[in-house]
Amino acid sequence: MMSTSSRVQLPAGKNVAVKLGRDDWAMRGFIALIAIYLIIALAFPLYAMLSKAFSTFHVDLSQYEFQVSDESGNFNTESITAQALNENTKIYEEADLSTGSGGRLSVTKFFPDFSFRSPVMYKVRGVDTNAVFLVGSERHTGPDWLELDSNTFRRVVLRPVASTGLGNFSHYFETPALVRSIKNSLWISAISTLITVSLAFGFAYALSRSCMRFKGVFRLIAMAPILVPSLLPGIALIYLFGNQGMLKAMMMGESIYGPYGIIAGSVFFTFPHAMLIITTALAISDARLYEASESLGASSWKTFWTVTIPGARYGLISAAFVVFNLVITDFGLPKVIGGQFNMLAVDIYKQVIGQQNFEMGAVVSVVLLIPAMFAFSIDRLVQRKQVALLSSRSVVYQPKKNSRFDKVCFAYCLVIAIFIVGILAVCQFAALIKFWPYDLSLSLVNYSFDLMDGGGWGAYQNSIKLALLTAFFGTIVVFVGAYMVEKTQGFKTGRSLFQFLAMLPMAIPGMVLGLAYIFFFNNPSNPFNFIYGTMTILVLCTVTHFYTVSHLTAVTALKQMDDEFESVSSSLKKPFYKLFYRVSVPVCMPAILDISIYLFVNAMTTVSAVVFLYSSGTSLASIAVLNMDDAGDVAPAAAMGMMIFYTNVAARLVHAIVSKGLLKRTQVWRAR
Amino acid sequence: MVDVSKQDQTFLKISELWKSFGNFVALQDISLEVNEGEFVCFLGPSGCGKTTLLRAIAGLDVQSRGEIEQGSKDISSLPPAERDYGIVFQSYALFPNLSINKNIAYGLENAGQSKAEINARVEELLSLVGLPDQGKKYPAQLSGGQQQRIALARAIATEPGLLLLDEPLSALDAKVRVSLRHQIKELQRKLGVTTIMVTHDQEEALSMADRIVVMNQGVIEQIGTPIEIYRDPKTLFVADFIGEMNQIFATVSSHNTISFGSKLLECIPHGFETNAQVIATIRPEDIIPQGENEQTSAATNISENSLEVAIHDMEFLGSYWRAELTSVDNGDATLNANFSMNAVRRMNLEIGKSLRIEIPADRLKVFSRNELVH
Ligand SMILES: Nc1ncnc2c1ncn2[C@@H]1O[C@H](COP(=O)(O)OP(=O)(O)OP(=O)(O)O)[C@@H](O)[C@H]1O
Ligand SMILES: [Mg+2]
Repeated sequence: MMSTSSRVQLPAGKNVAVKLGRDDWAMRGFIALIAIYLIIALAFPLYAMLSKAFSTFHVDLSQYEFQVSDESGNFNTESITAQALNENTKIYEEADLSTGSGGRLSVTKFFPDFSFRSPVMYKVRGVDTNAVFLVGSERHTGPDWLELDSNTFRRVVLRPVASTGLGNFSHYFETPALVRSIKNSLWISAISTLITVSLAFGFAYALSRSCMRFKGVFRLIAMAPILVPSLLPGIALIYLFGNQGMLKAMMMGESIYGPYGIIAGSVFFTFPHAMLIITTALAISDARLYEASESLGASSWKTFWTVTIPGARYGLISAAFVVFNLVITDFGLPKVIGGQFNMLAVDIYKQVIGQQNFEMGAVVSVVLLIPAMFAFSIDRLVQRKQVALLSSRSVVYQPKKNSRFDKVCFAYCLVIAIFIVGILAVCQFAALIKFWPYDLSLSLVNYSFDLMDGGGWGAYQNSIKLALLTAFFGTIVVFVGAYMVEKTQGFKTGRSLFQFLAMLPMAIPGMVLGLAYIFFFNNPSNPFNFIYGTMTILVLCTVTHFYTVSHLTAVTALKQMDDEFESVSSSLKKPFYKLFYRVSVPVCMPAILDISIYLFVNAMTTVSAVVFLYSSGTSLASIAVLNMDDAGDVAPAAAMGMMIFYTNVAARLVHAIVSKGLLKRTQVWRAR
Repeated sequence: MVDVSKQDQTFLKISELWKSFGNFVALQDISLEVNEGEFVCFLGPSGCGKTTLLRAIAGLDVQSRGEIEQGSKDISSLPPAERDYGIVFQSYALFPNLSINKNIAYGLENAGQSKAEINARVEELLSLVGLPDQGKKYPAQLSGGQQQRIALARAIATEPGLLLLDEPLSALDAKVRVSLRHQIKELQRKLGVTTIMVTHDQEEALSMADRIVVMNQGVIEQIGTPIEIYRDPKTLFVADFIGEMNQIFATVSSHNTISFGSKLLECIPHGFETNAQVIATIRPEDIIPQGENEQTSAATNISENSLEVAIHDMEFLGSYWRAELTSVDNGDATLNANFSMNAVRRMNLEIGKSLRIEIPADRLKVFSRNELVH
């Protein structure tokens, strides 16, 4: 019967066209507005970066012709192409001809007996208008001969022609120093992932399966690394194990600068992310399975492998890919502690800031995008499966007391907590020591940021400003966007485009986003060029960089609201914005606060995207940590890093108090 | 009060309405008229398209083809906000952060009424739904049935011309459901508001509706008053879906008789050809044990339309007995019959006993076997 009715077809004709109400237009307008925001702040810059990676510049010697006169200025010889000249003289290798966009090729080397004092005259022309050469800074093209004396001729340079292709990539893969970074990045990330996920699993397991004491404290400590920039553990590790480190002897001759330091620091800063994901996964695994397993007389070891691990498998996979992504895209840590050990994210920085080779920076970005995109897609896939699992589960596991097991768990968590607190304590200690290791007296001299390079206290103020602006505008944009896309009727294409744009930032490493912003916004023909170098671009970039997680938080909260609110409100003839501010915003307020604290904390700690975009007036605290460390002012760097930590702690406290107050005020209607 | 002059005037007119979701056609060629002040129920099994039709009327999921007129105005393509209706959902959809008063006042605000007027109206509505003094509470502090009544109060606050109810009672437990049934019906009568209610509970539909629209797999099977639907089902689906119905395989003998095994039974006149294979239907309560009506049966020569059966099983259902009968004339056919307690006592009916049952001809209706549902 089902099949007969599904074979029924609509009568011919057009679908009834819905007349869109004022609300529909307004909501679509908002979606379009925020989509345009995402296109300008994300899609266009990425496009600019990709096209940069694929544009090559090559000097085509066959396109230039020369004629040389005798001593008295008569041109008696045939004209000759630059290509023929180069074949005779072998001056330029192929590599010399493939240059960057700014490449300039001097021509006098083609003529071995050239002297700028000689009375010999030269003629030069391009075969067509594509062939460009400069005399000094004056641009010439075209097949008209230009006659020049020797002194002027030495100022002639040939300019490359732009074309699209894989030239930059082949150049990249022919440079062993660069290609080595791929391998380095991959194995460092893999090892860090393995260590972090194992440690975090143990920690999460102890938290959810034991009855040990101080669970709340442990959980709080485990979350602390989120509040500091990723490069801070690097500074602590240098203090501990560096050339003048307190515990240098423990390294047994190995250097902390390089893989050891990067891995140890990565474990520190990715730990909370992994722990959160795994804790959630463990929390949803079904207690009934444990009871079943126990009633079948399975040993706890067997229960662990047959129930716990399979139950948490999606969480483990998801945590692994998130950690992998964080490590491979991180820039601050390897910059501080990597020494000569190169990783992809640092290469981008070095190519762009050190060598001003933007094309190569773009190429490395594309290379880095591949594993990042891959890890991101796997994570999304797995998360979706876990959600499916979540809805079908019910009974929550209640751990039973077991004093031996609880003690082991406690000891384990204590070791991890000491590692985390230790790293932070070392930084704080370093900040307060006058001059390690020569003058160990306590002082606040390292807080005189204004005496160092890096932006001084102004940078700290800028960071607060950036964090507040990002939290304020970011929360509004994200929540309004999520609301519109969740609650708009119809408009399928527009909404799925929006969803795609909202998910994209998570897959884009910060370095790549920052570089893309240079290409897009630093282009003088871009009407938004004026924001380059201002606080605005930092806010824009930071909101975009952290868009996805905020968006998902908002969507989750909105999905929990009854879909029929909108229907009821419109049947009562109320415009959508009335429902929005009377009901949707108040009901979602906890999520809104979560989004704003998330944006605030991340804006305080972010380095990778903004490192390309700050100007002398908009330096940031996190950047100052990087720059002071770079300049050898390691103690002030640690001091600034801890300032970020305390600021974030304060922000979280405020957030907790506000949330609690709000919940108290509204708990009447949350009673059940 | 209901304005009698307005009754029988078409208020809502749906013509040739279709709705598809992608390739799946959820509603086919629906045409329907609802009169002013009428209480109409959409009744049908899960997934038959009741909600879809209601949402089309509300403009929440606009139909693919066809027109809807309300108060002789074409509303086919109007957005919800430009239509005139109040709606109550199964989930109530009360705003959790607003007090009951604020929930009810939601539609009244900014409509040119003063605060005092709004408050008075809210009070009035609260007592109308029988919940005075609850206005300061929040939805989570009320029971399901109370929340449902608040949702109703909110929907009628603005005095809409049409009230739409989507399974308003299905989330409640049985007792509350029955009492709310009466309250809603009474309220509707009092306000005279044209009402459409979606339900898959036939008891609800039979007890509340002025007219029932029985739907199945996207089409309307029958429209009629509860009595018509029950007494005179137009299709086997309706016969089977509403109430209980015995179905017996039979062969047509003439325009008003069928043969059942070796028995010839008179039935309601039909259009089937002789020897057509049909299904004859009769409700359990229409089966009369012979001997009970000793006097009448003698007068009307019922032996023409009776069957010899044995009682296979009996079950006491409170106010009557349910008997499972096997036909002696046609071995594998079984019939269910409801016998009154009196009859059972008087005739000493018990399991294993044989008796003759009367099949009233005007209660025996035949349908084509092509319509077979199961
Ligand atoms: N948005 C949608 N997309 C695709 N199919 C849908 C959608 N809404 C409803 N349907 C399908 O249309 C058919 C009718 O759905 P509808 O919700 O109207 O059923 P119903 O009669 O209200 O059932 P119930 O009693 O279960 O509420 C169902 O088969 C359903 O799967
Ligand atoms: Mg329904």
